[in-house]
Amino acid sequence: MLLAVLSGFFVALGLPLIIKVFKGPNTLWVSLFPLSLFIYFISKLPAIKDGETLSSSWAWVPSLGIGLDFYLDGLSLLFTLLITGIGTLVFVYTSSYLKGHIYLDRFYAYLSLFMASMLGLVLADNIITLFIFWELTSISSFFLIGFNNDNEASRKSALTALSITGLGGFFLLTGMVTLGYVAQEYQISALATLSEEIQANALYPLILVMVFVAAFTKSAQFPFHFWLPGAMKAPTPVSTYLHSATMVKAGIYLLARFTPILGNHEWWNGPLIIVGSITMVYAAIHAIFRLDLKAILAYSTISALGILVFLIGLGTDEALLAAGVFILVHALYKATLFLVTGIIDHETGTRDVSKLSGLNKVMLPVGIAAILAAISNAGIPASFGFIGKDLIYEATLHLGNMGYVLTGLAVITNVCLLFAGFLAGIKPFIGPLPPAFSKLHLPPATMWVPPLILASLGMVFGLFPMVVDTALIKPIVSSMTLGTPTFELKIWHGFNIVLLLSLLTIGSGIALYFILKPSEVLFAKATRFEKLSPESAVNQFAKGFVSFSSKWTNFFQNGYLRYYLITILSFLSLLLGYRLFYGVEIYVDTSTLSDITLYEAVIVLIMAAAIFFTVFSKSRLTAVASMGVVGYCFCLIFLFYSAPDLAMTQFSIDTLTVILFVLVLYNLPKYLTLSDTRDRIRDGLLSLIFGALISILTLEVMNETVTKDITSYYAENAYILGKGKNVVNVILVDFRGFDTMVEITVLAIAALGVFSLLKLRLKSIEKE
Amino acid sequence: MEILLVILIGLLYAAGIYMILRRSLVKLIIGLILLGNGANMLIFLLGKIVKGKPPIIEATGKALEGLYADPIPQALILTAIVISFGLQAFAIILVKRAYKVIKTDDLDEMNATDEDL
Repeated sequence: MLLAVLSGFFVALGLPLIIKVFKGPNTLWVSLFPLSLFIYFISKLPAIKDGETLSSSWAWVPSLGIGLDFYLDGLSLLFTLLITGIGTLVFVYTSSYLKGHIYLDRFYAYLSLFMASMLGLVLADNIITLFIFWELTSISSFFLIGFNNDNEASRKSALTALSITGLGGFFLLTGMVTLGYVAQEYQISALATLSEEIQANALYPLILVMVFVAAFTKSAQFPFHFWLPGAMKAPTPVSTYLHSATMVKAGIYLLARFTPILGNHEWWNGPLIIVGSITMVYAAIHAIFRLDLKAILAYSTISALGILVFLIGLGTDEALLAAGVFILVHALYKATLFLVTGIIDHETGTRDVSKLSGLNKVMLPVGIAAILAAISNAGIPASFGFIGKDLIYEATLHLGNMGYVLTGLAVITNVCLLFAGFLAGIKPFIGPLPPAFSKLHLPPATMWVPPLILASLGMVFGLFPMVVDTALIKPIVSSMTLGTPTFELKIWHGFNIVLLLSLLTIGSGIALYFILKPSEVLFAKATRFEKLSPESAVNQFAKGFVSFSSKWTNFFQNGYLRYYLITILSFLSLLLGYRLFYGVEIYVDTSTLSDITLYEAVIVLIMAAAIFFTVFSKSRLTAVASMGVVGYCFCLIFLFYSAPDLAMTQFSIDTLTVILFVLVLYNLPKYLTLSDTRDRIRDGLLSLIFGALISILTLEVMNETVTKDITSYYAENAYILGKGKNVVNVILVDFRGFDTMVEITVLAIAALGVFSLLKLRLKSIEKE
Repeated sequence: MEILLVILIGLLYAAGIYMILRRSLVKLIIGLILLGNGANMLIFLLGKIVKGKPPIIEATGKALEGLYADPIPQALILTAIVISFGLQAFAIILVKRAYKVIKTDDLDEMNATDEDL
């Protein structure tokens, strides 16, 4: 299983190269990779059906309790099958949809990367590993959404999606770390047994908030939903893959996975029901006013995700069963509709639903797929959607008084969704064919077969629910409830209130379809409150953030050397001053000091005066000459205190510097005082403070005992190993000879620079 | 004597910093030289100053014996002096050159790239 998950990463790494080598027009063979994974996972179906679970683990960072532990149960199996199954179809579809695109290799690599991250996410048995794969899906989806990187809107929506899902990632990490801390356990499969202790802990609400925000951002729940319609800028295969079946379901997966651990508590159920129902109704109503096919699908997807959150929030066995079934139902019909939309867009060049009609006459198989998907979406009897819808109503109805309200909300949502499904799946294909589209033809089979397969599955599962009943649905429910479910998926429940509700939904949906015609006017009316939407709030926040940070940056990175220096020095002075003032007792051990002789005192005085002249002189020559005096005095001090080599070096260097200065002196600008008095006082104060601090620091450091190990090593070995009597020289040319050589190189480079700057002739433009 | 040197170090640092905070490039270079001197003296002082005992092995001896000045700070300072000379020489010529091209050594006016000239 480890290999199955990680193979996607290796494939992603290798694919661009491989595709470059086998540069053929047909990239269909790439689909063999997801297909083999699909076959691998479907081969596990019998074992899961018998109630087994499979796991594999590989220690990664054992000291932190992080391992690449994978665990396959009913819930994971459903998701792995969706990921690899729909993945295969998307790979096939892409080979035609993006045929000849220059970045096709890259696209496949991103898709594999995403698929692998998604598989890791749904199989992870370690909460930290879960987080890592969660982030990987965010990152890889960023590349997929922003695939058309020459389009500004596309880049922007990729960034929005990344910021929102990335934000969720932070919350997830916090939640997981807190959970791990509370439970002292990082294995998801082991956490379920600790559920009571976790829920009794004071940190339980915190964990809940974190997990909720993570799930809501990923699964586009209100008020974080807006990144999903934006992400529709991605190529259609991406929308199909990410936004119908996989990534947006990651949040749902998270909630479902944690239901046995965190669920069955009013703090878990309440927020999920509220957010879920707001999202499902809000998005469903939005969906019916859209004109762009992909926008319709995006909003209906958000609504469907709302339904799922809502069902998980209800938390009863029936609701969880309904959620499990609905995940499958929705993936099947929504992926179909997305793929069909891609075909329509690809062939006609428009996605405006008000302009599309009659396409059945030119692309019948596509139409069949779309209509089947719309039927399943509508929940018309005999489709898999019918079973899904029945289960939802059953789950809401059995809740007592509150159930009636929730059932009402579910009915409204479903009516809108039915309408949206008809709009996307049926409207473009029936009616008269506009003359502009009469020349269209059926796209290659690799494009229309995948949606047809998905749509047919939706019907097959509807007519023969026993196919999926024990094999797939029961293990899903048992992994969410940790019990043995006792139910049977049936296509016919007899005449009861659920059936009535279903018929009511279908009736009003179809009525709505005939009454409400999509138009610009309605769209404008529905979107006039856009200014108040969470999306604009986030955009405002983003703008404010950018302007704040540019102000911040301009304040600190103002481009003036002296302000940088002032900032650095003031901060350093504060730190040093604080430490010296509070942490250090200042004392001087006078017994160790050497005496002051008269000539030394005179030298020091001369030096101090020279420094003073250097700083305050109004003339360049005086300043440079005083600087020379400082150097010479320094030289004398070296001489007094046993450093003849230093004295010689200082003497020659100082002389050279002064000569160099004087040589170019008349080519230098006038020696003016440029700053005003206030600035000078400020700088003077700062430098005095800093100088004083350095003095105090020096005094303190002098009290420290210095270990002389290295010194005595040199003292003993200078002659024995280096054959030299002047120890300083031996250190420089022998012990540290290589350093000295590099130093000479530096000097040579500086000399070259000086030489070339002096010799360089000005170009005519520069002379003016 | 150490006390005097400590004061001198503070003075050199203060003067150096005051000079590098000026707007004129020439003063900036002078400031750097003063700072360099201050740092050298700091290193020198921290190696414990010793009078009249240079780290040179006697003609008959094979190793330094008794009290002697620490050769390590001296080696460090020697390197520092030489390297800072490289820097100073280059900086002085650069300032001269820059002044020739753009006719100013006021840092506040040197805020354009060559394309804007």
